[in-house]
Amino acid sequence: MGVEILSMSIDSVFVHKMWDDNELSKMVDGGIPFPMLSDAGGQVGKAFGIFDEAGGVETRGRFIIDPDGIVQGYEVLSPPVGRNVSESLRQIQAFQHIRETKGAEATPSGWKPGKATLKPGPDLVGKVWEVWKTDMAFD
Amino acid sequence: MGEEMEVGCARPTGGPVGESAEESTATNESAPVKEAKPMIQVGKKAPDFAAPAYQKGKFISVKLSEYLGKWVVLCFYPGDFTFV
Repeated sequence: MGVEILSMSIDSVFVHKMWDDNELSKMVDGGIPFPMLSDAGGQVGKAFGIFDEAGGVETRGRFIIDPDGIVQGYEVLSPPVGRNVSESLRQIQAFQHIRETKGAEATPSGWKPGKATLKPGPDLVGKVWEVWKTDMAFD
Repeated sequence: MGEEMEVGCARPTGGPVGESAEESTATNESAPVKEAKPMIQVGKKAPDFAAPAYQKGKFISVKLSEYLGKWVVLCFYPGDFTFV
């Protein structure tokens, strides 16, 4: 897919190392492959609007940024609920497909690779019901 | 991506990815004293930043604008050694 991952929290790089050495490397062979960024003080988290001032920590924000540096999608969860990585991958695949078609196609609700896309234009106005059914929103 | 370096502090560069900070600060001069911090908007450039990082046994510095030309997923989380 050609996607670079960056993680970020308020922890120092020293704590990142200890976490990777002592716990994460037991989940992922060889340890975490991507850079684990430190945002002590939360300045970057504030710039992205996901810093929790009361708790002094960063909430579970996930940003998809395209090759032009443009934010295409984001999701923010409160701390106790983890992310759905499959959904993030699906969104990236959709954004990459749109970029490849230079916007000539759009991906309807429930789209995933292999499923039909829409080609917005005069002929499709009022006709989406003919090519897209509500059960296609689900797997 | 990033070069090995001394440990420093994370900082937003003050501008969007791929643009100089001067351009964006210039537009702020006429802004009201209390600067509104809008949530990130889709379709708009991400704020650029530089931050220290740990990767594969090394301390490095990472700048978001160094990733121009690539897809990036940036994930924030509450803290190391938390459970989720």
